[in-house]
Amino acid sequence: MESKVTCENDLNFKATELRLGLPGTDDSEKHTPPSVRSNKRALSHETTEDSRSKSNSGTSDFGDDEKEAPPAAKAQVVGWPPIRSYRKNCFQPKKTEPESAGIYVKVSMDGAPYLRKIDLKGYKGYPQLLKALEIMFKLTIGQYSEREGYNGSDYAPTYEDKDGDWMLVGDVPWEMFISSCKRLRIMKGSEARGLGSYV
Amino acid sequence: MREDPTEMSEDDDRTTDLAGGGTIVVEASSNKTRSCGGNGGGGVGVGTIADYCPSPYPDQVLENVLENVLLFLTSRRDRNSASLVCKSWYRAEALTRTDLFIGNCYAVSPRRAIERFKRVKSLVLKGKPRFADFSLVPPNWGAQFFPWVSAMAAAYPWLEKIYLKRVSVTDEDLILLAHSFPAFKELVLVCCDGFGTAGLAAVARCRQLRVLDLIDDEVNEDDVDWISCFPESVTCLESLIFDCVESPVNFDALERLVARSPSLKRLKLNRHVNLMQLHRLMVRAPQLTHLGTGSFSTSDNPAQADQEPDLSAFATSKSLVCLSGFRDIVPDYLPAIYPVCARLTSLNFSYANINAEQLRPVICQCYNLQTLWVLDSVCDEGLQAVAATCKELHELRVFPMDAREDGEAAVSEVGLLAISEGCRKLRSILYFCQQMTNAAVVAMSRNCPELVVFRLCIMGRHRPDHLTGEPMDEGFGAIVMNCKKLTRLAVSGLLSDKAFSYIGEYEAGD
Repeated sequence: MESKVTCENDLNFKATELRLGLPGTDDSEKHTPPSVRSNKRALSHETTEDSRSKSNSGTSDFGDDEKEAPPAAKAQVVGWPPIRSYRKNCFQPKKTEPESAGIYVKVSMDGAPYLRKIDLKGYKGYPQLLKALEIMFKLTIGQYSEREGYNGSDYAPTYEDKDGDWMLVGDVPWEMFISSCKRLRIMKGSEARGLGSYV
Repeated sequence: MREDPTEMSEDDDRTTDLAGGGTIVVEASSNKTRSCGGNGGGGVGVGTIADYCPSPYPDQVLENVLENVLLFLTSRRDRNSASLVCKSWYRAEALTRTDLFIGNCYAVSPRRAIERFKRVKSLVLKGKPRFADFSLVPPNWGAQFFPWVSAMAAAYPWLEKIYLKRVSVTDEDLILLAHSFPAFKELVLVCCDGFGTAGLAAVARCRQLRVLDLIDDEVNEDDVDWISCFPESVTCLESLIFDCVESPVNFDALERLVARSPSLKRLKLNRHVNLMQLHRLMVRAPQLTHLGTGSFSTSDNPAQADQEPDLSAFATSKSLVCLSGFRDIVPDYLPAIYPVCARLTSLNFSYANINAEQLRPVICQCYNLQTLWVLDSVCDEGLQAVAATCKELHELRVFPMDAREDGEAAVSEVGLLAISEGCRKLRSILYFCQQMTNAAVVAMSRNCPELVVFRLCIMGRHRPDHLTGEPMDEGFGAIVMNCKKLTRLAVSGLLSDKAFSYIGEYEAGD
């Protein structure tokens, strides 16, 4: 087997090797020593026998890409294990769920006797959040505008961000908001006017 | 009846004069077309042709006879053989083939297929190779449906059935289909992509539609309410499978559809149908035999979170034999299906993240089960429970929750061994694990002689037998040696040339 390997190196079989990688993909390790290319090949998962007329036996080279890599660097390869991507994706999110199980923040309203808590993950965007706040506290918040803030309405929703600053709800993209929001406070319109309009 | 060999000769250049006498004997199956007597002989159908079909066209008579006979030939392999006998048989067979099977869409052009077969009612077409399922085929590789559907639209206006596997189908293709085939009855799409709800809406409008099965397809999430596009009156729907459709459906329309589909036997819902809605549908369709249960959990809507789902429909069902779905299962509600377990022949838990303790009370009642798909979350203990009860099991598939090479091992040789000892009638197994032993595989080869399909996927690359450190040669060798009926084998783990010499030595025949 050794002499065969040497021979292959001389004739550069590598360049004409038939593989089933995507066009343009390269073997991850081209400089593996000959000993790695032993006759202990791990073949592909499939050698179908039922319909010889079909060309499925092409999958026999399937395992070539990953066999070249040294055991230490086992990057995930395309196509292995042979599971449909739909199945693979079905269970990935479940594993990370505990880490992102709800972002609960306190919501205070000026003049209210007690605070509430809401889960920011439960809303898709600002309109849903503001609607929920309106329902929860029985008030109207009005339309947000970049220029005027919530001017023209009785209340303005504000939040405390990671740096401890009080910000107007609605300025930053939703994803950025929910990752930086520590707590919410619904300010009375009179107080909020200073926040919304800046000269 | 005397058989005159010259009369039976099928050569094109035969010139024997039929009118000169002789007996034409046709042995057709059972009850049809037996004709005797030569000149002006009377028989059903064929004899009358002999009346007005004068001697210059002796082949025509025999071809007509042959056509009548060939109508009974359904196996495509037999038909392929028949078509090779001579040109006359080739023509007769081509005229009578109604079910066209194209195993590789590039093996023949639509034009050639249509030129040969004039009266096709049903098409099976397979496109991309199997490894396309594992993202190994570049996008836009091919296997488009359009060349086929456009050619058939002109050639086969009477087309009734289409089955596509790994074909790229667009909405426009489906719209063309719906417009071109007024008698269209069955559409089955397996592992297809390229279309969305707009295409489905077009198909739904086919008035004679009996079967719309979408299996493992990638369906674009347009917002077309295709469920509302089925005929307003009573439908002939027998099967509606859409569990792979990721976008929500209009539930009220679905409920009305089920209510006006008295022939509906198979219904597989997508994950947006919750338990409360499932109950409502089951009540409308007590005749269901195959049910995909949707999410099998409660609604996301906080307003409905307090309501306990009514699960009594399972208790009253007399006909359910196949259950699947359980996409976001709440295991607490599993006991609801106990009443149907004893009758189940097929159970698909392959999306249900349940452990052995949750599986056991269900599976211990499923003593008629023939097909079982599970996740490896049930662990070896779960498989032991299966082995203890499911003595009729023919097919088992164990899928991994963690589909990575170095993921956590949930099932092992212990489970495989248990299955081999308990399920002696096993014919087909697909088993994903991280490690295996030769001993377990050898045991299975001895315990399960009926195996036709053996697919063992040791996800860890190049893993040897983890007890002995040896390659997995002996195990796979034993499978090919002992399982005489094996037609499909998938190998993995550390293998040497020995394994393949075994395969070459013992794999004889199909």
